[in-house]
Amino acid sequence: MADLKVNIAGVEWKNPVTTASGTFGFGREYSEYFDLSGLGAICLKALSAVERRGNESPRIAETNQGILNSVGLQNPGAEYFIEYVLPWLRNYDTKLIANLAGSTIEDYVEVTQILGDKVDMLELNISCPNVKEGGMAFGTDAKMVEKVTKSVKRAAKVPLIVKLSPNVTDIAEMARAAEAGGADAVSLINTLLGMKIDINTRKPVLKNNMGGLSGPAVMPIAVRMVYQVRQAVKLPIIGMGGITTAEDAIEFFLAGANAVAVGTAGLVDPYAWIKVRNGIGDYLDKNGFASINDIVGKVEMN
Amino acid sequence: MICELVSKAKLTANIYDFTVLSPEMAAKAVPGQFVHVLCEGGTYLRRPISIADIIDKKYIRFIFEVRGKGTAALAESKVGDELDVLGPLGNGFILSDAEPADESDDGEVVLVGGGIGIFPLLGLAKSLNGRASVLLGFRNADAVIMTDEFEPVTKNVFISTDDGSMGYHGFITDILKNIVESNKVKAIFTCGPKPMMKIVSEIARENDILCQVSMEERMGCGVGACVTCTCTVKGGERRRVCKDGPIFYGEEVEWDG
Repeated sequence: MADLKVNIAGVEWKNPVTTASGTFGFGREYSEYFDLSGLGAICLKALSAVERRGNESPRIAETNQGILNSVGLQNPGAEYFIEYVLPWLRNYDTKLIANLAGSTIEDYVEVTQILGDKVDMLELNISCPNVKEGGMAFGTDAKMVEKVTKSVKRAAKVPLIVKLSPNVTDIAEMARAAEAGGADAVSLINTLLGMKIDINTRKPVLKNNMGGLSGPAVMPIAVRMVYQVRQAVKLPIIGMGGITTAEDAIEFFLAGANAVAVGTAGLVDPYAWIKVRNGIGDYLDKNGFASINDIVGKVEMN
Repeated sequence: MICELVSKAKLTANIYDFTVLSPEMAAKAVPGQFVHVLCEGGTYLRRPISIADIIDKKYIRFIFEVRGKGTAALAESKVGDELDVLGPLGNGFILSDAEPADESDDGEVVLVGGGIGIFPLLGLAKSLNGRASVLLGFRNADAVIMTDEFEPVTKNVFISTDDGSMGYHGFITDILKNIVESNKVKAIFTCGPKPMMKIVSEIARENDILCQVSMEERMGCGVGACVTCTCTVKGGERRRVCKDGPIFYGEEVEWDG
């Protein structure tokens, strides 16, 4: 049996599979389907310092092999989370990653301070395309990426992952900016900004008009970006974007990811996370690899 | 959950009636809940479909209209095929609202359905042991279905069509207004187009009657995690149709939000 353990910025995960923020809530719903302790880590739905109502429905539109969403970071606020959700989550033997949302640098710092060391890792969400301020606006300008990373890192008491936006010309530049700002790891990709039109009403399906594309449709873009970021920085990479099967996850490891997140696939199959985890082990065994590290970045380019 | 399609019927040109064998789902299901069905046809997400009936603690019956590629592919399923169905999901109707408070409580229970919204009311009517009256609104006579199934399990069946080709000519909510004005009604349950449910809810509120509505919204996971299918409630909070609903009280819904 291959060793599935990975070490992401000093935090040991029992296996390399986590959840993509926003697809898994705070875990409660899927705990009815499988044991959450089976995940390497749970990346929680975005938290802000104060609660957010999110956008109006419709917030989801189906596309070819994917979905657009425009949830808009709805959440009850970090303090509510700490008081009412975290104690329950700690019943599970898995690492917890809080995804940080904000509209200003001060917002990000505030939610970081509220969370302190109560979670195992932080993921800085500077790549959400569904909010008017903050979010992607920070993640598409290298100077801003470095600046917000530096500010949050200063306040952070646990390792900081910076989640990169794919809505940029040069993802490697953003990764280097995150590294320069003191990020302990990067995760990618967040969703790609897209739009779906209902040809009968001649209006966009989403009330918010545009939203973030995820699902199998985006995977080749994500794999390419993980590869480019691997060439650009030494930081651990959590790769995601359309992973549905273990074979998909293996592509990400080969491209350079140290761990993977499954998201949209779980909306269709509640067991997707566990299936991907099991399949990774099977692949390593079948191919004679002793650990995940044996395949990270091992793609042989033509 | 994989379950076998054991019977299939075509009710109109584009409405299909499926029954699947699933003792596991049937043991848990209550009227008002839904199933989330994986469809072929190049679609990606599951399709949420309300449960029409729970039969002999073994079978789940659901009825759907072909709306697009996914439901068209689902309609092609054959008896004996295995379907990938998640459920039962969401909260059912709260039956206690329909219970008489005491022996002297003779308040009526009224079910109001519009178009394809009538389906979940069948199982509900059965659970209410013939005590409910049901009001069914359709576009025209060709769209009128299942009235023969409602008749044995309800006190009265009223029908309206938008064009007057069968039953009352006009909106089903007109009939509701008449009933509410001439009878003591203690609870209303409704499922159908949002504008219809909004009017039903207003009639209920004006007459101080408890009213449960079955909401619909474009949905993702169906289990409450992705938070995409929200319904705005009074005060501005956005609640999940799949997990916090689909049954809500009419008075808590922000109908224009």
